[in-house]
Amino acid sequence: MEFAELIKTPRVDGVVLHRPFMPTVEGTLCLTGHHLILSSRQDNTEELWLLHANIDSIEKRFVGSLGTIIVKCKDLRVIQLDIPGMEECLNIASSIEALSTLDSVSLMYPFFYRPLFEVIEDGWQLFVPEEAFKDLESMVLFYPWNETTLFGLPKEDEEDNIALWSAESAFTVDEAVMMRAAQPLTGTNGRRCKEDEKLINATLCAGKRGYIIDTRTIAVAQQAKTRGGGFEQEANYPQWRRIHKAIERSNVLQDSLIKLVEACNDQSHSMDRWLSKLEASNWQSKVKEILTTACLAAQCIDREGASVLVHGTEGTDSTLQVTSLAQIILDPACRTIRGFEVLIEREWLQAGHPFQQRCAQSAYSNGKPRSEAPVFLLFLDCVWQILRQFPCSFQFNENLLIMFFEHAYASQFGTFLGNCVAERVKLQLSQKTVSLWSWVNRPQELERFLNPLYEPNNLVIWPSVAPQSLLLWEGVFLRWNRSTKCLDEACQEMVHIIEYNKELQNKVNSLRRQLAQLETEDSPLQTP
Amino acid sequence: MEHIITPKVEYVKLLNRYPEKKSTLGTLYLTATHLIYVEQTNSTRKETWVLHHHIMSVEKLPLTASGCPLLIRCKTFQLLHLLFQREKDCQDVYQSLLRLFQPEEELYAFLYNPHQNEEDRRQGWEYINVANDFSRMGLSNDFWEISHLNKNYEICSTYPSILGLPKNVSVATVTGSAKFRSRGRLPALSYFHKDTKAAICRCSQPLSGLTSRCVEDEQMLQAISEANPNCPFIYVVDTRPKLNAMANRAAGKGYENEDNYSNIRFQFQGIENIHVMRSSLQKLLEVCSMKSPSMSDYLTGLENSGWLRHIKSVMDAGMFLAKAVCEERASVLVHCSDGWDRTAQVCSLACILLDPYYRTIKGLMVLIEKEWISFGHKFSHRCGHLDPDSKEVSPVFTQFLECVWQLSEQFPCVFEFNERYLIEIHNQVYACQYGNFIGNCQKERLHEKTFSLWPHLLKNQHLYRNPLYRRSLECKVLRPSTLPLHFKFWCGMYNHYDRGMHPKQSVLDQLLSLTQKQVEGERTMTELQRVSGVVGLDFCQGGESESSTFLFKCRSDQI
Repeated sequence: MEFAELIKTPRVDGVVLHRPFMPTVEGTLCLTGHHLILSSRQDNTEELWLLHANIDSIEKRFVGSLGTIIVKCKDLRVIQLDIPGMEECLNIASSIEALSTLDSVSLMYPFFYRPLFEVIEDGWQLFVPEEAFKDLESMVLFYPWNETTLFGLPKEDEEDNIALWSAESAFTVDEAVMMRAAQPLTGTNGRRCKEDEKLINATLCAGKRGYIIDTRTIAVAQQAKTRGGGFEQEANYPQWRRIHKAIERSNVLQDSLIKLVEACNDQSHSMDRWLSKLEASNWQSKVKEILTTACLAAQCIDREGASVLVHGTEGTDSTLQVTSLAQIILDPACRTIRGFEVLIEREWLQAGHPFQQRCAQSAYSNGKPRSEAPVFLLFLDCVWQILRQFPCSFQFNENLLIMFFEHAYASQFGTFLGNCVAERVKLQLSQKTVSLWSWVNRPQELERFLNPLYEPNNLVIWPSVAPQSLLLWEGVFLRWNRSTKCLDEACQEMVHIIEYNKELQNKVNSLRRQLAQLETEDSPLQTP
Repeated sequence: MEHIITPKVEYVKLLNRYPEKKSTLGTLYLTATHLIYVEQTNSTRKETWVLHHHIMSVEKLPLTASGCPLLIRCKTFQLLHLLFQREKDCQDVYQSLLRLFQPEEELYAFLYNPHQNEEDRRQGWEYINVANDFSRMGLSNDFWEISHLNKNYEICSTYPSILGLPKNVSVATVTGSAKFRSRGRLPALSYFHKDTKAAICRCSQPLSGLTSRCVEDEQMLQAISEANPNCPFIYVVDTRPKLNAMANRAAGKGYENEDNYSNIRFQFQGIENIHVMRSSLQKLLEVCSMKSPSMSDYLTGLENSGWLRHIKSVMDAGMFLAKAVCEERASVLVHCSDGWDRTAQVCSLACILLDPYYRTIKGLMVLIEKEWISFGHKFSHRCGHLDPDSKEVSPVFTQFLECVWQLSEQFPCVFEFNERYLIEIHNQVYACQYGNFIGNCQKERLHEKTFSLWPHLLKNQHLYRNPLYRRSLECKVLRPSTLPLHFKFWCGMYNHYDRGMHPKQSVLDQLLSLTQKQVEGERTMTELQRVSGVVGLDFCQGGESESSTFLFKCRSDQI
């Protein structure tokens, strides 16, 4: 067994754990193949169970024979372990390093995890692509082609990257669709593809207009031509108008996250330093850019009844942010828990967002980034911004978003493993691992994610993208840098008010009913 | 009124700051007290009322193809961009407003009558009484007493008529100390902390210059120190930056020399002066009114304004005081230059941190009355009520309100009031509708002809309640984080009128309507129970009984 070789010292006594805003814990540290465990072996003290996969980087320090390991996690938490004995400390550190950077996917925890709960509803069977598109009866009308034609299209990975999403008739008079794709492979000499033109143009009825939203600036899109990519020439797609928006590429994003988290962890008391670091991280700018583009896409559909095609380069990053946010704006179904899960499944997992590559490292990675990028986290941040502006329109609360962030980076579930559907099939995830949905959708878990203020709202919800309206997502970025006691109390109090009210109204109603019954009954009183 | 040249102008456009949204067309009215803009479409009528006293400036902008623009900036941070079709109308409105918003003698408060008779009016003024607050703190006691030495404002003209002073301090010490302090603002009690016996006192800077000293002043500080049995020293906090304080020495003022006073620990706090604060707010407002700024423009602008840095400096100083009192059990004497701006901010903030009473609706009124109004914060000058001197105007009080708001963001359950209460108080400070904030000190204030704001706020207190407030919460002393990242931009205040920037659904409104429903539900419940009692219905049976006990348990929690 490989793990045993990696674990040089499986257990050390007398280890002290320091976490911000929590009492220190002294206990025994154990390393298993997938977890770092610290237990004081006393009742009422919390044990620390940390997935190795959650560890982003570690630092070692020594004072005499006392070693200290600073563990920085992908969920942005930083903890400190004081380990007596230099050798033990070095062994633990090197084991953690090795175990947290396993190369093989099949060694990851989801392949070993056995649920302690009964799977009532298998998450793997929950969202079949055909189901997700079932509302799109018109799809057949739009797509009179068979699979072979689709294969003939000159877009990168066309077969899994072209997808349709229909604006629900509830908020559009005309059938407008939103589509996503990768860039067309026009190249420098302006290659054309009849099938692609036919396909794109065929989605529009005669006399209708559509918008192609290219998430890159015109300059970046031009540059892409030299690498064989490019953009649609308007002459060849006469009913379409192309709009360029500047959403930064995913590699810049990683740097932005690192800077933001660094700023949030800065304990300096200089206000200017904080604000300038926040600005320099560029994270909030990205939130604004993406929401703006999503609003634009939603506007084309809602206000003009026009169809929209969104693409960047690959169609697996910024494109997905835009299409999924536009749906949250337009479609009330996406604001329910189930609907949001469907959205993640369809617009992210099925659409081939490379979760494994993007989430391999988080904000504390010190190596040279390969293809890591917090594209999904940025999307969740944007959802949080809309949620904050429409606190009563979502069935779920912030905790659900934070949970998705955690599980995208490190999880006992197989849902976010692999980079696309094909890889997931190859890994046999549905047979060998448990789906995140199997767990989330259990009533016991769901409770934690419910928004007590939720009142279904069938309207389109337009968020404000003014800088004053977009706040730093404290729930993620300041999560470990603040005491949440007061905020938790506020949440409890809110739930209490709402519950108490319900109870009161029920009581009043039942009393009324009883009285009414009494009044109509002439017979002697009967206790109900 | 003779100032109003045209009382009504039609076809005036109210320009929206967002170019994509359509501007509306409406009618503008000028009355003796308000500017009113009315938009009338087929089904709706929208009125915008702006009090003349709220107007800060009126500016005629260069003529454009679409008409004559007039820009009206308000002290409440409202911005009205009007467009007139005819140049003459614009000029007339401009001329009228210039006269109306800068009254030479008549403030609105002297015209305003909220349908109260003389008796109500008089009682209204008695509702908040600073002397009662001294009794609440436990004065007089073995250490402190209420003194009437300043009854006719003879020792200090800008101080209240009653003062809290150390027990047994001699008249000579008091008057001597007053003579050694700027404008006679001698050390007096601001807050007495019952649990630790530590006190917060306030004064103005000493006239120490480079070498002067004053035996009475030294005795006075000694007396303050002796009034606290729990700590052998007192902190003397100069809230100014050290450089400013040193510059004052050359002018014969300055700060305490530790060598001359026994057992004092001297501290600077580095809060900037009123001029820095004024220009900082101006920069902040420029950021707030930028047309579609990028995130980077906004954050850079926010940083360059320095506003949050100043808010943090006030909060840090308030924290220093609170910590000294509750953790070190040490008394603190606070001053700045005259002791009516920074000192007021810091002392009142420390009171809020230390004492849950000041976090209630009534408690905040008491605190404002005590630390600001009676200790002579120059509201008329700072707010530019009458014939404003631009060098005197400064958002000192606004900063205090913002600090309270910042605290409420960190501690959502410890304040009885919500954000709207703070904003309403802010509006009223500038409105001159009630008499409370007119004048610069207690001596100047004439209550005879005006009404008090507090009964009015109290009447509407249901609007200002914080539904999450829990009195029982064990949060006696607040210990906020003062890391920069915990300070937020207060959109609800500075972009109050840009409704589009605010959350589209309000949690506060939701909860307020629920609590309203709750009150009604409970009333119905009691009535139904009474009726069912009469008809002999035993409603507390089986499964029902549990929920009804639950109800009453909850209810008693609420009270």
